[in-house]
Amino acid sequence: MIPEPARLSAWDLVAVGLAGLRARRGRAVLSALGVAIGIASMVAVMGISTVSGAGLQEQLARVGTNVLTVAPGHSINGKEASLPLESVARVSHIPGVVGATAIAYVKGATARRTKLIDPAVTNGVGVAAVRLDLLATLKGTVRSGTFLNPATARYPAVVLGTYAADRFGIDRPGRQIYIAGRWMTVIGILDPLPLAPDLDNAALVGWPYAEKELGFDGHPTIVYERSTDDRVTTIAKALAATANPEHPDQVQVSRPSDALTAELAARAAFNGLFLGLGAVALLVGGIGIANVMVISVLERRQEIGLRRSLGATRGQIRLQFVVEAVALSLCGGVTGTIVGLAASLLFALAQGWPLALPAQVITLGVTAAVLVGIVSGLYPARRAAALTPTEALATG
Amino acid sequence: MSVIELEHASKTYPGGVRALWDATLTIGPGELVAVCGPSGSGKSTMLHLMGTLDRPSEGRVRLLGHDTAALSDRRLSAVRANWIGFVFQQFFLTAHLTAAENVATRLLYLGVPARRRIMAAHEALERVGLGDRLTHRPHELSGGERQRVAIARALVARPVVLFADEPTGNLDTASGAGIVDILWKLHEEGTTVVVITHNTDLAEALPRRVDVLDGRLQ
Repeated sequence: MIPEPARLSAWDLVAVGLAGLRARRGRAVLSALGVAIGIASMVAVMGISTVSGAGLQEQLARVGTNVLTVAPGHSINGKEASLPLESVARVSHIPGVVGATAIAYVKGATARRTKLIDPAVTNGVGVAAVRLDLLATLKGTVRSGTFLNPATARYPAVVLGTYAADRFGIDRPGRQIYIAGRWMTVIGILDPLPLAPDLDNAALVGWPYAEKELGFDGHPTIVYERSTDDRVTTIAKALAATANPEHPDQVQVSRPSDALTAELAARAAFNGLFLGLGAVALLVGGIGIANVMVISVLERRQEIGLRRSLGATRGQIRLQFVVEAVALSLCGGVTGTIVGLAASLLFALAQGWPLALPAQVITLGVTAAVLVGIVSGLYPARRAAALTPTEALATG
Repeated sequence: MSVIELEHASKTYPGGVRALWDATLTIGPGELVAVCGPSGSGKSTMLHLMGTLDRPSEGRVRLLGHDTAALSDRRLSAVRANWIGFVFQQFFLTAHLTAAENVATRLLYLGVPARRRIMAAHEALERVGLGDRLTHRPHELSGGERQRVAIARALVARPVVLFADEPTGNLDTASGAGIVDILWKLHEEGTTVVVITHNTDLAEALPRRVDVLDGRLQ
């Protein structure tokens, strides 16, 4: 009876493929490196995007998307318009509004660390009069000390935004800073306000104190309003006319959470770019593997001839080279995935974001490596299998 | 039944080179035959046809009565795995494998499990007198020892016929004599052995001699 070819066990196949790599270690490492770089960059980009996206989304969920701001626009003659005195009260009466507050920049007022610093050097820190319900409306929190209360709002007490505090080198309440020609006591420092990033760089003083002592006219610069989620669109339409009934055209209404949403979207686009670059690196890595395997097939004609004479079928030769390419690519892929994950976790740690291990990114990295291996191994494997035993043995 | 039968077998290579012309030959079980001729005579082509590494352009080549032209490449691979053992002039041992692993590779394509492969390899190496060289790598062995590893590899699957292509070609006289002794021993144990050589002294010493010249059997 004519015998049938035997099937190689999976174990034997892997052993034969790995043996080919073991015999040429340096070359295997170099060609796996290409794939490792590609996979590492893709995994790192996706990992960082996962953790940072999670961080932003958490912030967005905390502060909400139901805050609208009203700011004065410009009047017809180009002068900066202002909001009417009673605009906050009117906005707070719109149905659906759960909270309204206002801030006003005090014109001509500067905040300095000491009296000796040139008034022109403001470091960008502005002085704003604030109402007591500011933190409640913006869901802000105090990093240290306290916010203004009805008593301190009448006295030379100041609360610093988070960056303003950094600029002054102040990390706890108790110090005095020089504001609008007088010493005021720092009673608190705020955490960042995602919905009002301008205030992060401001010195906040009580509304009544500003009116009484700093020559502030009482006109709000920005009105903040928080409503129930379902009323946001309706209120946005009514807001201009309510805040300034005489000149609704001189009012700008905006939704500060849009900036955060836009940042999320921008990040996704940016990631797309880097993912593309990673994919190119991976492609180059794959071509590198194909190249090395083609050379390997040329060099190993005798081995192929010997295996054919020992009874290997074309299919078994083909499989041997595909397995070898996959093993090569997988080594690179696993290394790359580990490096990429480590990079994104380190990044998350440095930014203080929640550590999220993106499982789908790991799966993707390993799958991509296997696919690259198969694709780049197919052509060399076909060439190896196409050799007839006599051709293969005749060389050398 | 004959082991190998060539019936008016011819081989023409692409380009019109006729390497073998109308060869008819029968080799019976247990024979020790020398196929002898100078280089370019067509003896390597005969080896390829008899060893099922290639098929004839015309005529028939039968192995245990089966026409090789009727078999697919896949089936021919299985025929080689099961029935044929090759010994080459250049040994063709894998450098990073031990002697036993080189021999065991022969059984890979017969689907023998790894542990039994190594056990059989040890046995085969003992048969050719290399029981003390099991874990040596090819570069740690002499030329004669390497060729004996190659013979062990050909034997380990208990083939119907063993082809030795210039088995002593790369060896000094003493080592070559050792290899011939082993081939004789195999013959006495009943293995069919075909030696392809240009060495007339070697051919003369074997029980049967077939001469090839310019693609024709003499």
